[in-house]
Amino acid sequence: MIAADLQIVLPEIVLAVYAMAALLVAVYTTKDGMAPLLTWATSGLFVLMGVWIAINGNGTNVAFGGMFVDDGFARFSKVVILLSAAAILLMSEAYMQRRDLLRFEYPLLLALAVVGMMVMVSAGDLMALYMGLELQSLALYVVAALRRDSVKSTEAGLKYFVLGALSSGLLLYGASLTYGFAGTTLFSGIIKAVSTDVSLGLLFGLVFLIAGFAFKVSAAPFHMWTPDVYEGSPTPVTAFFATAPKVAAIALFARVVHDAFGGVVGDWQQIVALLSVASMFLGAIAAIGQTNIKRLMAYSSIAHMGFALMGLAAGTAFGVQAMLIYMAIYVVMNIGTFAFILSMERDGDVVTDITALKSYSTKEPLRALAMLVLMFSLAGVPPMVGFFGKFYVLRAAYEGGHAWLAVAGVIASVIGAFYYLRIVYYMYFGEETEGLNGKLSPVLWVACMGSALVLAIGWLPGINLFGIEPAAAAAAATLVN
Amino acid sequence: MGNLLSLTTFIPLVGAAILALFLRGNDEAAQRNAKWVALATTVATFIVSLFIYGQFDPSNTGFQMVEEREWLLGLQYKMGVDGISVLFVMLTTFLMPLVIASCWTVESRVKEYMIAFLILETLMLGVFMALDLVLFYLFFEAGLIPMFLIIGIWGGVNRIYASFKFFLYTFLGSVLMLVAMVAMFYHAGTTDIEVLLSPDVTFASDPLTVLGLNVMGGAQTLMWIAFFASFAVKMPMWPVHTWLPDAHVQAPTAGSVVLAAILLKMGGYGFLRFSLPMFPVGSEVMGPLVLWLSVIAIVYTSLVALVQEDMKKLIAYSSVAHMGYVTMGIFAVNQQGIDGAIFQMISHGFISGALFLCVGVIYDRMHTREIDAYGGLVNRMPAYALIFMFFTMANVGLPGTSGFVGEFLTLMGIFQVNTWIAVIATTGVILSAAYALWLYRRVVMGDLIKESLKTISDMTTRERAIFAPLVFMTLLLGVYPAPVLDAIGPSVEALVANYETAVQTYEAANQLAAN
Repeated sequence: MIAADLQIVLPEIVLAVYAMAALLVAVYTTKDGMAPLLTWATSGLFVLMGVWIAINGNGTNVAFGGMFVDDGFARFSKVVILLSAAAILLMSEAYMQRRDLLRFEYPLLLALAVVGMMVMVSAGDLMALYMGLELQSLALYVVAALRRDSVKSTEAGLKYFVLGALSSGLLLYGASLTYGFAGTTLFSGIIKAVSTDVSLGLLFGLVFLIAGFAFKVSAAPFHMWTPDVYEGSPTPVTAFFATAPKVAAIALFARVVHDAFGGVVGDWQQIVALLSVASMFLGAIAAIGQTNIKRLMAYSSIAHMGFALMGLAAGTAFGVQAMLIYMAIYVVMNIGTFAFILSMERDGDVVTDITALKSYSTKEPLRALAMLVLMFSLAGVPPMVGFFGKFYVLRAAYEGGHAWLAVAGVIASVIGAFYYLRIVYYMYFGEETEGLNGKLSPVLWVACMGSALVLAIGWLPGINLFGIEPAAAAAAATLVN
Repeated sequence: MGNLLSLTTFIPLVGAAILALFLRGNDEAAQRNAKWVALATTVATFIVSLFIYGQFDPSNTGFQMVEEREWLLGLQYKMGVDGISVLFVMLTTFLMPLVIASCWTVESRVKEYMIAFLILETLMLGVFMALDLVLFYLFFEAGLIPMFLIIGIWGGVNRIYASFKFFLYTFLGSVLMLVAMVAMFYHAGTTDIEVLLSPDVTFASDPLTVLGLNVMGGAQTLMWIAFFASFAVKMPMWPVHTWLPDAHVQAPTAGSVVLAAILLKMGGYGFLRFSLPMFPVGSEVMGPLVLWLSVIAIVYTSLVALVQEDMKKLIAYSSVAHMGYVTMGIFAVNQQGIDGAIFQMISHGFISGALFLCVGVIYDRMHTREIDAYGGLVNRMPAYALIFMFFTMANVGLPGTSGFVGEFLTLMGIFQVNTWIAVIATTGVILSAAYALWLYRRVVMGDLIKESLKTISDMTTRERAIFAPLVFMTLLLGVYPAPVLDAIGPSVEALVANYETAVQTYEAANQLAAN
């Protein structure tokens, strides 16, 4: 029995054991001298695990009496998490190295965070959920404050910790209420309790749980930490925050509302729809005044989470599929954009002011073009793939009976288009200035150009979004039935 | 040739790719090569498109030369032309070589400029050929990107404001259309335009209550409004026309030509392709509003044109007025009205394009568009005076030019529907004569007093060569409109017949409910 259970959680065990073993080895040997090696090794292991999960996994397997669920939905999310984490880790190496930030703990903390995320998306029980969430969060609090001698970075870490702890508290409160009224922490048990009678206490529990998740996905009105943390953290860490943890958090969100509260869709649908609208508009409007590209990306991610939640708000299998596709596209867009941001330097100093991009296109036409594709994709202008992500969630919202949500979403996307256009405007129409002279390292070049290429041609007939559509459909079908 | 349409659509894109990948350097030779490659590409596209026109059978009212491929999410890549779209395809391929030739004097970032226009041509052709809602939307919206860059990079002093206004205005209009498309996909189960056009597929027209308002025609009216938001901005119709004068004034000459001659026509094409046949009840309910907006546009923007100081702005307002005739003709929904609207769009493509080129000719020499900066040009530029005179008359709608046929047919169409609107719209003809002739007098006639104009030279051979085909087409269609009217006739007839059947069914059902 135990052997079979362990078999199911093998990827998580491998990663966790690797992280701890590597930690010991590094501590007792060369310490930071090993950091580049560990970065590549960790990243390689992520890719390996991702491929392994994608190829080997089939069916729905339950371990530890329902605490851990390995199904198509979990596997889809895990593959996205692992691959994006691998990409970001590789992209950060050169940047961290040059700023003397590449400590051996960095890749290992990310590895532990990824283990936490994998547990989150596979959770079948409130306890497992909380374990995964805390493992992820604690690792990330530390990396946010990685630059110990910088006030902003420490501030970011502290803010993230305090607000993260608050959200964990809300979540735990919701979990305990749910436990109290349902009599079990297992999702399979909760859904049975909910299908017969939805007591007021359970509803309170649900609301607190959702508030906790909204913190983690940084959906408005629980988004306040995001811009500060994004701005203060070292840029590679920001890039990481914007990708893998978002996928994990929103997958967890979908898992809980469908697996545990799937019988009362009407009760949480309105809350999710409201979070979605608030996030889309807040993200779109608040970003207009930003000149710091990291803060701008923070608001952009809030708006994008709003769109992903629109899929979830539909309350259907197609909605979950749309959400998964949206997240996959979102991750690709962010990897490309952050690869570009990582190269924004002037004489070795980091530049985050977008006005520094003025007349960039005359100096670096190819990179400017890649950024143009990324920006139009983020804005959701066809033919870039970002448009298709929006098309999926709009369709899901309409078919779920939320036509008003779809209309609100497209209006928000027009407002949001303004600030993406502004970056294009600086690069292409701006006056000559001092400008930037950072180089793209080969890894960054591949990440930036590769994702721009994927976004520019991914929609062509014959490529069809690289086949993620049927994969997401299968994943959604295992979650919602 | 099973994929003639795709071939035509993507030749410009291939040309753009060749420029992007193989053309290096930024010296004079490279710039010249870029222009020649672009010109050769657009000419090749035009020649290939002649085969489309050759193979096109006007008596067949369905879609011809259809190509179909599977795409994601149950959408399909489907292209085809019918009587309504084929002429727009021809208009686009015909004008693009002239547009490229007109930017021969551009010197900054020539390669990128040519690439932008070639990509834009692919997207415009795609709009007129797409037979899938989402494919249509894709081409329709993607066209904003190159145009945004053309205005923003190569435009005038105030280009940034104009490019943002252009982009956001049109984007806001179109996204509502996207939601309506999602709704159509859901209710009809397909995005295939050919299927959606068949009279068997109809959308619910029972009255609805939205936010306390009772909506006659129900879902159809709502979808109609969403599409209207997009096409009215694109057209542009009063009162959402304000982006156009700004965009025109700031855009470079070639950009203005494309904008006025082709991009505006997408709005009219959209009304004919989507609004009338797919939402007949919605059109019937909202039609009177469109007619009144159209006459307001005709009279009001003609008056505004009278007081303009900037030549491009004047022509831009004149475009809005002329598009008013188009929307009026379309929503008259009879053979003459729609024939006239399509004719007017084609003819306006030649005439407004030529007028913007006329402004470009003197702008290239004097670098100002102020009307006051000119006067007495006829003394030094007789050939220019003649050409400008010709297109001014065509713009006014002088019989014998193509401008007359379109205006006459639309007025005849609307006269059968609503006499008052016809009477008011006819005053627009007089007003257009007033502003166009006054402009001509101030710029071309009189004595050449201004010192700066004393050395101005007449048109070069290249410039004359650009105008020659436009003069030819304007005259040809003016005295012999059959090539256009024969091609569109049967398709328009089918469109009107289907529309009337649908409206009668709706009214019969209403009668039944009332009794």
